[in-house]
Amino acid sequence: MPTRPLTRRSKPAQALPPALDLELLRALSNATAVSGDEGAVRRLVLEAVRPLVAEVKVDPLGNVLAVLPAAKRDAQRVLLAAHMDEVGLMVVDYDSDGALRFEIVGGVSDRMLLGKPVLVGPKRLPGVIGATPVHLLNAERKATVVKAAAMRIDIGAANAEAARRLAPLGERATFATEFAVLDGALRGKALDDRLGCALLIALLRAGPYPVELHAAFTVQEEVGLRGARVAGYAVAPDAAFALDCTPALDLPDSRGRENTQYNTRLSAGPAIYVSDGRTIADRRLVTHLTRTATASGLPYQIRQPGGGATDAAALQRAGAGVPVVSVSVPGRYLHGPAALVRTADVENTLRLLHAALTGWTPKVLKP
Amino acid sequence: MTAFDLLAHLKTLCAVPGLSGYEGPARVVIEAAWAPLVSAVRTDPLGSLWARRAGHGPAPRPTLLLAAHMDAIGLMVTRQEGDFLRVTNLGGIDARVLPGQLVTVHGRQDLPAVVGQPPAHLLPLAGREQVTPLPELVVDTGLPAERLRALVQVGDLVSFTQPPIELPNGLLAAHSLDNRASVAAVTVCLRELQTRAHAWDVLAVATVQEEIGPRGAGQAAFAAAPALAVAVDVTFGRDANTRDAAHKSFALGGGPTLGLGPNIHPGLHAAFKAAAARAEIPFEVEAMWEHSGTDAVAMQVAREGIPTMTIGLPLRNMHTPVEIVALADITRAGRLLAEFAAGLEPDFMSRLSVD
Repeated sequence: MPTRPLTRRSKPAQALPPALDLELLRALSNATAVSGDEGAVRRLVLEAVRPLVAEVKVDPLGNVLAVLPAAKRDAQRVLLAAHMDEVGLMVVDYDSDGALRFEIVGGVSDRMLLGKPVLVGPKRLPGVIGATPVHLLNAERKATVVKAAAMRIDIGAANAEAARRLAPLGERATFATEFAVLDGALRGKALDDRLGCALLIALLRAGPYPVELHAAFTVQEEVGLRGARVAGYAVAPDAAFALDCTPALDLPDSRGRENTQYNTRLSAGPAIYVSDGRTIADRRLVTHLTRTATASGLPYQIRQPGGGATDAAALQRAGAGVPVVSVSVPGRYLHGPAALVRTADVENTLRLLHAALTGWTPKVLKP
Repeated sequence: MTAFDLLAHLKTLCAVPGLSGYEGPARVVIEAAWAPLVSAVRTDPLGSLWARRAGHGPAPRPTLLLAAHMDAIGLMVTRQEGDFLRVTNLGGIDARVLPGQLVTVHGRQDLPAVVGQPPAHLLPLAGREQVTPLPELVVDTGLPAERLRALVQVGDLVSFTQPPIELPNGLLAAHSLDNRASVAAVTVCLRELQTRAHAWDVLAVATVQEEIGPRGAGQAAFAAAPALAVAVDVTFGRDANTRDAAHKSFALGGGPTLGLGPNIHPGLHAAFKAAAARAEIPFEVEAMWEHSGTDAVAMQVAREGIPTMTIGLPLRNMHTPVEIVALADITRAGRLLAEFAAGLEPDFMSRLSVD
């Protein structure tokens, strides 16, 4: 085997995508950025993206828009979007004993909240969502899901005034889960969609590509795809990919029946969307992804057609219309205190997207 | 005596599992804390830890038994189903708080995991709107089925692993504060007694298997044959979730509770009140109209009967991984126990009457 000369070139022409930056993902996952208050993640994204791209800006809604110039002239413009925001809670009122009342921001199930530690506000004030001791419950209450409206966040404040001072009205709260690297898996809060953000940053680092790559780190996805809508309009790309996490509902049926509605499965590779609640993915982009996966020897799965939506829905309708597709990492327990994804799925998603960008030609979009 | 960091001690106690019947990890930590404070430590046949401080009174000296259970509630693996574990409860688990909890599966190695809530379509039609009962939840290590099979077997333990959280006003939130908070109160007492003369022997016992019905304390009380026995345990703390049960819940930071009812010897109750007055320790009286739900239940009826007392530490969110206790209450309970122990004269028993 010939010895390669050592060079100072930081980017060999056909470099493999770098391994996902787990420390960056840890910081992204642990940061609090509930929809409409994405500042903490925006700062991390800007810090990571600035050295990698020619141009980066923050738009009026708070999206981070970055451009990686193409490796060749007259390249098509391809937008990749990952949302920065996460589901969470907002402080809305105070009890006289100092407990915080809250409302849910985005899709958080009441079932996930009881007995969980949370972090409140930019100072990351610790608190817990308390529960009536099980000893004091009758059988009916033991079986009844407590509604969020009946729950409180206990921050240890002695009275309403102290609580208001510590956690001013409108502050956001998230689960206090610390990101953890497990054996072949990752566990953390807000992997939906900090994983997408980390993947997008890794893709920027591994460029350039034969496309002008527009990276959009979007806001307010969880409350109505608002950031993607304006980003899609501003960029007006030739094609767009939404990078996200999608539920792996691959749990066993407690009656022993076959689980036919698993949405996606862990370890089956990146999930390519063909149809969700609001978007039929562009057939050409789906074909490009599946052909690329087959040619690269990468696993992939088609997400079961069904409900739900990603930033792709908003990007598709931006301006004159944009061909879109979603590619998601399958993850269990998304929108809960601790989501689980398998490292292999994350790596294969990164490889597939990198190969799809590297192998891009204008022919992909030929009707 | 070196400065005592109660918060650090409590965090150390809560960092180990020690589930009912498997208290070993807790016993090791408690023994390390208690051994320097007593004349002798031993482990009894069921696993309770005994730590005895010899008194200065004439032998044979009466013994005051201070019992604080060291076991914690948790889960146990019943079955593997593909990538997932099914579990049952050790002690009074509240299924409402489980989905999304961070846990550790103690298999061939410790495996970090999460409690998974299956989506509705995988649950029986009836009850989909209700709390998913424990047998229908899963514990998920993220490992694929084959690796899981190699590392975990039926009967392995699953414990809560949410790290402790410091809150303002000297509050700590953690799992297993029921009843490690009381163990810490006994530590405070043993430390106080380092500088105080006491005529009686003081026998601190970290008991086993309280959470599944007091199975360790009764045996310890039988074997130790104390003249008096005190159960130190947690009681319900007052907050939005216990306001409906006002007479059963107590303000955090208001001092320990002194039990009153058939499980409590009335003379002993009065003696503890007197000790609290001497040491200027605030307290509340806790009405216990039938039994106390503590180790005192088993200790009271050991041998020919033992006068028992209960000391309660107000605790919010009992039997969740975010139980909250006030450090000041632990210190006060420890000081109260020490004041009572130091005040016991050699002939106290001859003056103790049920009437």
